[in-house]
Amino acid sequence: MTIDPVRGASRPRSFLGRLLAGDQVARAITATFAGGILLLTGLLVFELFQSSALTRDKFGWAFLFTRIWDPVAGQFGALPFLYGTLATSALALAMAVPLGLGAAIFLAELAPPRISDALTFVIELLAAVPSVIYGLLGVFVLVPIMRALGAPYGVGVLTAAVVLAVMILPFIVSISREALLSVPREQREAALALGATRWESTWQVVVPFARLGIVGSVFLALARALGETMAVTMVIGNDPRIHASILAPGYSIAAVIANEFTEATSDLHLSGLIELGLVLFFLTVLLNGVARLLILSTTRRGTQHP
Amino acid sequence: MRLALCLFALLVPLSAQTLVNGAGATFPYPIYSKWFDEYHKLHPDAQINYQSIGSGGGIRQLQAGTVDFGATDQPMNEEQLGKSSIKPLHFPTVMGAVVATYNLPGVEAELNFTPEALAGIFLGKIKKWNDPLLVKANPGVPLPANDILVVHRSDGSGTTYIWTDYLSKTSPEWKTQVGSGTSVNWPTGLGAKGNEGVAGMVKQSQYSLGYVELIYAIQNKMAYGRVRNAAGQFIQPDLASVTAAAAGAAADMPADFRVSITNAPGKGAYPISSFTWLLIPSQIMDATKKLILTDFLRWMLGPGQKMAEPLSYAPLPKSVVAAELKAVAAIQ
Repeated sequence: MTIDPVRGASRPRSFLGRLLAGDQVARAITATFAGGILLLTGLLVFELFQSSALTRDKFGWAFLFTRIWDPVAGQFGALPFLYGTLATSALALAMAVPLGLGAAIFLAELAPPRISDALTFVIELLAAVPSVIYGLLGVFVLVPIMRALGAPYGVGVLTAAVVLAVMILPFIVSISREALLSVPREQREAALALGATRWESTWQVVVPFARLGIVGSVFLALARALGETMAVTMVIGNDPRIHASILAPGYSIAAVIANEFTEATSDLHLSGLIELGLVLFFLTVLLNGVARLLILSTTRRGTQHP
Repeated sequence: MRLALCLFALLVPLSAQTLVNGAGATFPYPIYSKWFDEYHKLHPDAQINYQSIGSGGGIRQLQAGTVDFGATDQPMNEEQLGKSSIKPLHFPTVMGAVVATYNLPGVEAELNFTPEALAGIFLGKIKKWNDPLLVKANPGVPLPANDILVVHRSDGSGTTYIWTDYLSKTSPEWKTQVGSGTSVNWPTGLGAKGNEGVAGMVKQSQYSLGYVELIYAIQNKMAYGRVRNAAGQFIQPDLASVTAAAAGAAADMPADFRVSITNAPGKGAYPISSFTWLLIPSQIMDATKKLILTDFLRWMLGPGQKMAEPLSYAPLPKSVVAAELKAVAAIQ
């Protein structure tokens, strides 16, 4: 093969040439894949919307605010499940974020690299443990402990939140650590040169710089907590009522779908469960939207990095 | 290459088989898989596949025509039958029972439950173990003054249907307030997933009471109580008393076998028993499939019934078998 030294690669290729070289092909294929994801999401929403027509017509918006879930009488309201999902996820985040962020700061900033790498490996292994295992641990270890500590039944909203917190912790630690490690060294050096202590440089410079990644990790964790099914249903008590105490049993959206879907014999019951799925989908979209806004607003106020 | 040839050689005879697909109830899955396996050994050219996706799913798939037959723990209602283009026939296959299991430290004796006590406990009205209704049915048993922790199934299930069907028949208040179904709006208690979930919760929590399938309670050596039947006797649940319940109900068996045998009349009948049904289309277009299904039903009602007891299912009484054999002949 000879290359023209003057015109070389800058010579515009014919369409066929570009096609053969792969540019067009690669573009078309990757665009199809990217479009496929959009299409899939669209189809998902469409299907959920379509299949929940019965309950949407019958109950309308009241579906979201009604407390009764009675498959025999054909009364369906999502409020107890919405409450259970939001309460367990919020409590889980309240426990896991400080723990996870603290661990990430230690691993990224303070620990010797060898220990940091080893611990990170172990933490990432935790993220790969199937959720039913966490559920079993919850049932056999955590439930008796909670009962001994004063929860009347052992199972309940708080127990589910603790199990969720343990499950989402690895996400927060490992992604936040990556974010902290990617902060340029100059940022730290500049802070130290201005007379900051190690902690001041970490807390006031490095963590704010990495906040995008940290917030990202928190919302990934939240997404997992909202959708977690198996582990939650094993320890939440599956009681579709709203109790004032977080030690009392509750129920979550994902858990009721998994529990009742296979034996839902009436069309209305099935439609109610599918509408719950739709609600969960929009809840996730809504919370992700809030997260985006949060990031945008802090970026505008703070320094001009991503 | 050689491997591919071997695979090919394996696939060719398989393709000559007739495949019959079914889906539905999970409760009879162990006996169904045993039956379909044994039947395949007798008739290597017929292969029956069964997916235990739940009764609701079985009915829907049969209505949609994606399976050749269904299976359910709860007979189809008029509305569901109306939606089926080809009317499905119900064939009782075996029977199961549901028992009240409890964890009561310090009590060795087997407890007696009246229907009123069970309904009261599950309605949340009887709150303590030493409630007068319980004490009266269990003379001499030192019942503690502790709260009863009620455990029920959280997943939709045929077991729940049998349990709530029984409570609806014996307690008017249960019938109007809760009703019967595979999932109901429980007035009280904790939900646990599956028989194993309820059993685990009962074992872990002192002073608890739940309900599980008889098979499950036998296999796991759990404590379970006697229940007072329609004839006024406290009956120990076992395979014989379950078959007795079906025999008691057989007298007024409707022609389509859609009957609930909870609270059945007759001495020695355990009141919380139920059939489980195969759903076979009344018209089968494919001649080979029709032959296989009808032949299987006859075999299941004959030698197949002997396989039930070792797996802790109660076999059908003779009168029901005779009636079903007549119904098999009606499949077109």
